[in-house]
Amino acid sequence: MARKGKTLSGIWKAGEEHLQVAAQVGRPIFFSRVQAGFPSPADDYVEGRLDLNAHLVRHPAATFFVRVAGDSMINAGIRPDDILVVDRSLDAADRRVVIAVIDGELTVKRLRMQNGRISLMAENPDYPDIEIQPSMAFEIWGVVTHVIHAF
Amino acid sequence: MTVFAIVDCNNFYVSCERVFNPALNGKPVIVLSNNDGCAVARSNEVKKLGIGMGSPVFKQKDTIEKHGIHVFSSNYALYGDMSRRVVQVLSEFSQDLEVYSIDESFLDISRVRPDRRTAFGRTLMATVKKFTGIPVSVGMARTKTLSKIAVRLAKKSAKADGVLDLTDPRHHDRALELTPVDDVWGVGWRYAKFLKVYGIANARQLRDADRTFIRKKMGVNGTRLIDELKGVSCYPLDRNPSQKKNITVSRSFGHAVTNLDGLREAVTSYAARGAEKLRREKLTAGLVTVFIMTDRFKPESFYYNTKTLRLAAPTSNSPEIIGAALAGLAEILRPDSLYKKAGIYLTELGPASMVQTVLFDPVDRERSARLMASLDAINTAMGKNTLTYASAGLSPSRPWHGMFNHRSPAWTTRWDQLPRVK
Ligand SMILES: [Mg+2]
Repeated sequence: MARKGKTLSGIWKAGEEHLQVAAQVGRPIFFSRVQAGFPSPADDYVEGRLDLNAHLVRHPAATFFVRVAGDSMINAGIRPDDILVVDRSLDAADRRVVIAVIDGELTVKRLRMQNGRISLMAENPDYPDIEIQPSMAFEIWGVVTHVIHAF
Repeated sequence: MTVFAIVDCNNFYVSCERVFNPALNGKPVIVLSNNDGCAVARSNEVKKLGIGMGSPVFKQKDTIEKHGIHVFSSNYALYGDMSRRVVQVLSEFSQDLEVYSIDESFLDISRVRPDRRTAFGRTLMATVKKFTGIPVSVGMARTKTLSKIAVRLAKKSAKADGVLDLTDPRHHDRALELTPVDDVWGVGWRYAKFLKVYGIANARQLRDADRTFIRKKMGVNGTRLIDELKGVSCYPLDRNPSQKKNITVSRSFGHAVTNLDGLREAVTSYAARGAEKLRREKLTAGLVTVFIMTDRFKPESFYYNTKTLRLAAPTSNSPEIIGAALAGLAEILRPDSLYKKAGIYLTELGPASMVQTVLFDPVDRERSARLMASLDAINTAMGKNTLTYASAGLSPSRPWHGMFNHRSPAWTTRWDQLPRVK
């Protein structure tokens, strides 16, 4: 699919497949999801300008940006000082990267829900996984949809 | 017949703080008007401690320390952005929506099946909470006044748990008895005091009061109030205030203005004139836009810019509008340019009827609290004392100042202040 040209900047679909912004000199810029099953008809023609906001923010009322403060998710491609796009309207599911509240603090981790147990996994061997106990003040704050990294 | 729903954000400013600082959940929290240090929002924990709305916080210093109350200055940027998000979510449920204040919207929900209303209210509540983090309560009834009564009870009653459908007249007597006359929409403390002298202490007694007597004492707004309490709607939904005409005040300068004070003066007078026009036409504005322009015939140095600010609540109040215009001006002003023209637009115009003419009470605490919050924003943007002339009478010495001067970051409106996650 439209994955020609060189990558301009790293806009990653958190944890999973990444999106690439590919540019070809003298031709329109295409966005296309690498894993998409069907070529999007929208890729075939371009009207006006591509709006990165519209692309990254599906639900504007529910979308917030947060800044990454540590390296606990480094192996998911989430690095210190990156900006995460967080969509609160999405339902958290097993294996999604989420913003959670644990004991009053916002944290980014990968959510695991297995056999009735909930845990938050770091993507860095230096950090322990956190199994959520009923006694903990725990809440899903939002689902991370993208990470914006400046090189 | 129309059915109204009012969606009211719970302790809105406090709730906004909690979304980005979840450690505040369950803790006592106060938000102050920065200008004079009065509480403009209180968490439920604080309400239980008996700290009143609008009470000067320096007098409560001991209580605050004793209970470890978290005190914040108003964060106008945050509250405005969160308000916009809540309205955006609500407008997905009903296009028939009237934004009444920074934390309240009326919706026309006539098309919702009667037996589905409560469930609809719960869905509204859950969706706003999930999408924005803001807890809301929902009151439903056949008039705006009754829906306000419903939402007040929705918050208080454990059984209602945030949603109360008061469309059935069989529930009115009880609901109105539970509503002190001071808490009826549009009855200020002055009228409340007067009504109580005549034995009218709750909304039921007001509804059943002698019409002629009320008409004589309170005028046509009084009889409208009685009608509204009886379920006869007098105040329709104001659907599209933004589609009404806008007010523009602008002028080209004879000589290019280089002096920034001169530009501020010009913008001040345009904003003041705009506010006067609003009041003359019994309108309020939700947005203030300021624009400035250099000489268009000198393209090499041409500069044009505009800035729009949302007012804390729709208003026609001069200091609020001037303040917003000046705050906007400060953001777009380039000191070295020669300005030929400046002006203001007032948009999102709505009728002043519910906000002002029906307000029997000239000293409405909630509104003056909001006024102070926006004055704060201005003084923040423009530097201290920009609007002292407007606020001088309120609390000249500001004894609280420096004691609780904590504004949270602009979490949602500035890249350099985003919440940090580990
Ligand atoms: Mg409220």
